[in-house]
Amino acid sequence: MADTVIDSGESEGSSALFDLLQGFISELRAAGLPISVSENIDATEAVKHIPIQDRAAFKYALAATLIKNNSHWRTFETLFEVYFSLRGSEYSIGDDDDPFGELELDLDDRDAPPGQGGEGSGEGLTPEELAEMLFQALMKGDDAMMRALSKQAVKQYAGMEPGRPVGGTYYLYRTLRNLDLDGLLERLMEQAREDSPEPLTSLEERLAQDEFEHRLDELKKEIEAEIRRRLVADRGAEAMAKTLRKPLPEDVDFMHASREEMANLRRAIYPLTRKLAVRLARKRRHGRKGPLDFRNTVRHSMSYGGIPMEPKFRYPKPSKPEIIVIADISGSVAAFARFTLHLVYAISGQFSKVRAFVFIDGLDEVTQYFEGVEDISEAVHRVNTEADVIWVDGHSDYGHAFEVFWDMYGKDVNSKSTVLILGDARNNYHASQAWIVKEIQHKARKVFWLNPEPKAYWNSGDSIVSEYAAHCDGEFEVRNLRQLEKFVDNLV
Amino acid sequence: MPHRFESVDAVRTGLASANYLADDSIAGIVYLADRLQKPVLVEGPAGTGKTQLAKSVADMLGARLIRLQCYEGLDESKALYEWNYKKQLLRIQTEKADGTSWSDVEQNIFTDEFLLTRPLLEAIMAEDSVVLLIDEVDRVEVETEALLLELLSDYQVSIPELGTLEAQQIPLVFLTSNNTRELSEALKRRCLFLHLDYPSMEREKEIVLTRVPDISENLADQVARIVRAIRQLELKKAPSVSETIDWARTLILLGIEHISEQDAIDTANILLKYRSDIEKVTKEFSTNSKVHFEAAAS
Repeated sequence: MADTVIDSGESEGSSALFDLLQGFISELRAAGLPISVSENIDATEAVKHIPIQDRAAFKYALAATLIKNNSHWRTFETLFEVYFSLRGSEYSIGDDDDPFGELELDLDDRDAPPGQGGEGSGEGLTPEELAEMLFQALMKGDDAMMRALSKQAVKQYAGMEPGRPVGGTYYLYRTLRNLDLDGLLERLMEQAREDSPEPLTSLEERLAQDEFEHRLDELKKEIEAEIRRRLVADRGAEAMAKTLRKPLPEDVDFMHASREEMANLRRAIYPLTRKLAVRLARKRRHGRKGPLDFRNTVRHSMSYGGIPMEPKFRYPKPSKPEIIVIADISGSVAAFARFTLHLVYAISGQFSKVRAFVFIDGLDEVTQYFEGVEDISEAVHRVNTEADVIWVDGHSDYGHAFEVFWDMYGKDVNSKSTVLILGDARNNYHASQAWIVKEIQHKARKVFWLNPEPKAYWNSGDSIVSEYAAHCDGEFEVRNLRQLEKFVDNLV
Repeated sequence: MPHRFESVDAVRTGLASANYLADDSIAGIVYLADRLQKPVLVEGPAGTGKTQLAKSVADMLGARLIRLQCYEGLDESKALYEWNYKKQLLRIQTEKADGTSWSDVEQNIFTDEFLLTRPLLEAIMAEDSVVLLIDEVDRVEVETEALLLELLSDYQVSIPELGTLEAQQIPLVFLTSNNTRELSEALKRRCLFLHLDYPSMEREKEIVLTRVPDISENLADQVARIVRAIRQLELKKAPSVSETIDWARTLILLGIEHISEQDAIDTANILLKYRSDIEKVTKEFSTNSKVHFEAAAS
């Protein structure tokens, strides 16, 4: 298990461990994690105190010294698995005996469950037997059994061949399709219902389902890890690490986020807004000193025998800007609009007033959805489902949307308002009506254009961002949370 | 200097005897903190036992816990040290009568006698073994963080009039943060990082069993399961471990042995502190179908 390469006991071994660690750290850096030299030194120091045989402790020791931000944990964990889970030449695909270390239980080591005829060897399992054993293991929550079975499942279903240039997700898909987890969940629930002497109440049902879903998730993770292990054995850790390089949540592109990345983004936005709000409130309070507070100064002079040693100042009350958000919520840019609205409303305390308008080819005011609502994501959800934004065909028409805005709400724009326009300015070759933006700029304090497209694509095809941008006080590329946060921070 | 802990396992059992259930990462990092002589930055949602960890470690070592509660506007004179200027004034007045020269007076009034130690300096000067807890470090301004840096990396404090005071013994230092703002890189770099999240269901059950006397295994199990289900919802504030414990105590007081939906809904206000959250949970538990909250992927 602890192969010679990573034996920390010998001096030769520890230098190999050092090399391994340096490789790992450069891999982490390549994945975008900021790791300083002193953290590197700490990690090198830390592993001396932890036996590498204790994998969990080893992993936490590295994490504690290298990772200082919890959102980086996933990236770290994946790379750690790839890098340290199996080192050494003896790992290769196709061996029948379990090549993955004695720690893990193999099917052969276990007594076959009753009815299996005592032949536990993996090759002998038919798909039905495998499914049945999996069902039993899930029902009992038998982790070791589940691990062994997931290994079998990958062996049988994934159809992995050495050197095949296919990604891990493909194998995962193949394996999961054969296992039919949804069907399994249903069977598990039925079994739970049968086992219970009385009919399950809805709460019990709910809890049982949670439990099974949790176990299935574990199973899925096991399968993923197994596939990764095999891919590493086939391709080598460095190559594998490269394919696993995923952007950090704050760097994920709004317009091309996958479903899973979207979910991560939604989770990331809440702490981000909270942090932003705290930071802005503090900035406001500590930013400048107000005029001299005479009463307060005199009061404090008492402790110095009437001499005003400590001048006191009033807290400043800078005027708060009024924000008008006009957002394109058609197809590809919808996600971007959603996050921006979320962020703007989360810090709405920093503004005297926030008004929101959304459009595709028609325009609708959605300010009222956010009023008196505690849950911003709920309001954003309503914006997407209830706002009346279709005028003709539901293809973006910036020109018409601006016309509607100008006719109906143009009078509300005044010298206190800051106008944010969100969109990619892909106008489907309609008339631009850029004069309206010009008019708005005349009346408003500032007009900013936020574009979720990479700068290189601006003004290509039907994008006419420069026509509008000519009348804006600034146009920004805002493709990910990091850029969005920066913009909002500067806005206040 | 001798190490405090023999092994990771020793930490774990020690903490368990202080009624703190440590998982692998907690025990491992506390062990490392001792070996590497580095402070630990504990981060995570409120109520996951961050402060308790420092208390329990102090408890298990039989060490004195010195606590610095951070708040906005905390400064040097509250965190590090302050000159006792009233006493200094008195001294000057008395010496005036004797006709002592200025340089003598100056030398005399900047000595230990006139120094008021605050938590950080106290931890450094302590002769006995201490655990220093710097609580909610994210509450101080970024500039104030710099106060901590010298202490955290070199275990020393520089006082212009006295010179540099080095630690008598290296204290174990814990910093906690609720992550309301990003801490500076300089601070993070000096610490070991420990993220304390909500515990897994099994661990939470164990925690309830150790912290709530007279609770049955069955009830603890239900409590942990329901809390896990609640945490999966998108809430403004998910229930913390301490709230779980409170809830379990409430259930015992009410004499509930088996939690029904109605019980869960009636007592939800112990777990949740926002009206919208309580409504969400009520809705969730009273309907059979499981609604997944997905912001419209339009």
